[in-house]
Amino acid sequence: MSSRLDRERAQDLLRQARHAAPADTALELTIEEDRYELTRFANNAIHQNVAEATLALSVRAQAEQRTARASTHRLDAHGVREVVDRAVRLTRSQSPDPELLPMAAARDAGAAGVDRFDADTAAITPAQRAEAVAAMVAAGAHDGLTAAGICATRQSQTMLLNSEGLEAAYASTGAEFSVTMLGPSSSGWAKGGGPRWGELDPAAGARMAAQKARASAQPSEVPAGRYTVILEPAAVLDLLGFAMWDFGALSVLDQRSFLCDRVGTKLFGDNVTITDDVFHPQQTGAPFDGEGVARQRVVLVENGWVKNLVYARQTAARAGAQPTGHGFPLPNEYGEGPVNVVFTGGKTAVEEMIATTPRGILVTRLWYIREVDPYQKILTGMTRDGTFLIEEGRLRGGVRNFRFNQSMIALLNSIEALSPAVRASGEEAFDMVVPALKVGDFNFTEVTRF
Amino acid sequence: MASGASYADVRVIEERHRSVATKNGKLGHALDTDSQGIGIRAIVDGAWGFASTDDLSRQAVVAAARHAVAIARASARVKRAPVELAPEDPHQAVWVAPCQLDPFSVSVDDNLQLLLAVDKELRAVPGVTLAEAQMNFQRHHQLFLSSQGARIDQTRVLSGAGYAALAFANGDIQKRSYPNSFGGQYQLKGYELIHELRLLENARRVGEEAVALHQAAQCPQTVGTLILDSSQLGLQIHESIGHPIELDRVLGTEANFAGMSFLTLDQWKTLRYGSDLVNVVADARLEHGPGLGTFAYDDEGVAAQCAPIIQEGRFLNYISSRESAAQIGEPRSNGCMRAESWNRQPLVRMTNISILPGPRRLSPDELIADTDNGFYMETNRSWSIDDKRYNFQFGTEIGWEIQHGKKTRMLKNPSYSGITTEFWNSMDAICSREHWTLWGTPNCGKGQPQQTMGTGHGAAPARFRNIKIGTAYQKWKGDE
Repeated sequence: MSSRLDRERAQDLLRQARHAAPADTALELTIEEDRYELTRFANNAIHQNVAEATLALSVRAQAEQRTARASTHRLDAHGVREVVDRAVRLTRSQSPDPELLPMAAARDAGAAGVDRFDADTAAITPAQRAEAVAAMVAAGAHDGLTAAGICATRQSQTMLLNSEGLEAAYASTGAEFSVTMLGPSSSGWAKGGGPRWGELDPAAGARMAAQKARASAQPSEVPAGRYTVILEPAAVLDLLGFAMWDFGALSVLDQRSFLCDRVGTKLFGDNVTITDDVFHPQQTGAPFDGEGVARQRVVLVENGWVKNLVYARQTAARAGAQPTGHGFPLPNEYGEGPVNVVFTGGKTAVEEMIATTPRGILVTRLWYIREVDPYQKILTGMTRDGTFLIEEGRLRGGVRNFRFNQSMIALLNSIEALSPAVRASGEEAFDMVVPALKVGDFNFTEVTRF
Repeated sequence: MASGASYADVRVIEERHRSVATKNGKLGHALDTDSQGIGIRAIVDGAWGFASTDDLSRQAVVAAARHAVAIARASARVKRAPVELAPEDPHQAVWVAPCQLDPFSVSVDDNLQLLLAVDKELRAVPGVTLAEAQMNFQRHHQLFLSSQGARIDQTRVLSGAGYAALAFANGDIQKRSYPNSFGGQYQLKGYELIHELRLLENARRVGEEAVALHQAAQCPQTVGTLILDSSQLGLQIHESIGHPIELDRVLGTEANFAGMSFLTLDQWKTLRYGSDLVNVVADARLEHGPGLGTFAYDDEGVAAQCAPIIQEGRFLNYISSRESAAQIGEPRSNGCMRAESWNRQPLVRMTNISILPGPRRLSPDELIADTDNGFYMETNRSWSIDDKRYNFQFGTEIGWEIQHGKKTRMLKNPSYSGITTEFWNSMDAICSREHWTLWGTPNCGKGQPQQTMGTGHGAAPARFRNIKIGTAYQKWKGDE
């Protein structure tokens, strides 16, 4: 399927939009083309298999210190005129905001690029995804396990242009698999993703999920309480995701972040270093933000000290700081956030963590995490799809799943060991580069029935 | 059909969405979105394929249809049994949901004036550090056509609004929302909903409660009697009844993501789900009310129905689709297939899953007066439940202790937890019809690719016995 978007068309859309807008109105166009296909299976069979092709235009208008946004999927001449008109009318209905900055300038876009487009991934067919599904299903068949999961591919491009001459473009591909293996009394799970289909091994993931399902069969019930816990990378990122938005500078200015009055303090353990780095080789995503401003690498936490926040242009101006290229598309009330999180890993393999644990719990994956307390940063949630008891340095078998209520601040002060960091995928947060963690005194508060 | 499909349907959808928000006296966002596209679903060789596009040219639609067929053929390479659909008459209808005042006819200026007036009231309370208010409106026009002869044209208008006050002080963030948390109240109505919500009239109280929570005692860790307000009970229904009764979960198709259900087929029509007072329906009909789950036909052309889910505590029915109903031998789907938009394949989704009010006249004040000792909790703050929907934990924004039939001291950080069936079997009172509200949950996520859906939940304040209170802040012996 051929692309409906190139630089020439994007520039033509900007010309049409400027023609349709009043002379005193600045415009920012974000044009996104996306082709996404996902094959879903359960009970060892494909039950849902979908494809989506979209091309959308989003227009931000700004005049007299007022801004608003309208968007459409109609990119013909009439559609462009109409969406510009809606954005302009929406803009005029507001009161002026004296703090609103002019649109970003061409120099804000930066020159650094990233290469995350893979032609082979873009060419993957439904038949190839079906083959991958068949391989995943086969991985559990020998043990009588039932497989469920997904296999997905994506091709997308984003072009952001404004009337100040800024242009930013990003093309990428993506591939993802996720698999759950179900036995009569247990389950196991694995997931992987990245820009290139060829670097994924869904069948190996399925074998790992099957192994977890087998090893956790007939789970015993272990009482709730405080345990030494080994969190595999997917569990780490799903927890961390709930803390990262608080590193947006506006959330601190708004006094909704757990970092209020804590920036510049030693809040976590010495072994916690977290950066936001879109250029990291295992990261994905555009090297510019919602205004087209180039992303920068930002050290958020260094050896436990809260060093920096990320800033959109508007927040940076308010705080007297420099923008870091992490702003969300304007207008919005949340400002910015880190989206390319890299948690510096250590050298301890998960096997070694297990071997040095007299009594503890190994967690594959967490589920339905929600924030209980915004300032203590207490999160609740459940373990799922592979929870194991460790005794005397060995896995003793599966246990029934736990509910936890755990402060992230306490957790990041209780890390006893870190594995090397890997690109990991979960279900509650975006993909990150994170290690597995061994932490002390993890607070399991209840046990469920399975 | 010339490509070999044994069944096909299409949904052509046109949507318009307006979202306006304020924060601390200024615009938060102003967005106006429109979207048009077509979703094509086909069964070929006994398996499903689905393709969608926003290009409505003849050439692009034909290409999408061919792609759906190709995808279905790929699906057939990994299948167990051919897809069968429970029968449904091919309906021909035009239906427009009632809407007294088109929200898109109201100016954004008027929207902002009201939100900024609310904002001013909230921030007039010393100690309120952040005020947020929002309104959302959506018009959804859908034409459904099937190869079996259905032709259904439906238009629905949805409105919603709400606000929150946050107070940060002394290392503690407290929050109060109105009329509900996470966006407010949403219904199948026009702008008349905004007038009915009395947003401005409640703003001062909400701001004062957010600040007062800083002086309130911490909710204790104990076991006791719990009374929930209707909005929190609505979410309790959503999580611990609405999701477990989804037949696709029961049959395993959500196993990898949303999870499965404790409500396995051996419990169908046999399980004692709740006490005799627990009567729950899945009702998509307009007679039930203007809920986010109200329509005339679902997204595979099945007419809206009222299905009894729990009757006097006994579990009776799942919610289903044509395919899943056929899989368990039901003669007909009860009409719960819904898709987020044209670019998503329909899934089994909640419609309006509501608990029916109590048979005898009972107000919340009378319910509290009838309670010697216990806790009253209001407005959700956190929610979590395991992937089979057994173990849940909810936190609310505010609570009060009940002593000798009276609400006494305010409590901060209230929470409760339990096991689904034990919880519903402990319900011993529910208020009557006058205190029943059809709440809208606009943000229910399910499926891969994930879809967000609006669901309705009618509820009245109700009382539960022997409930575990305060779990979210649980301390163990030896903790500081």
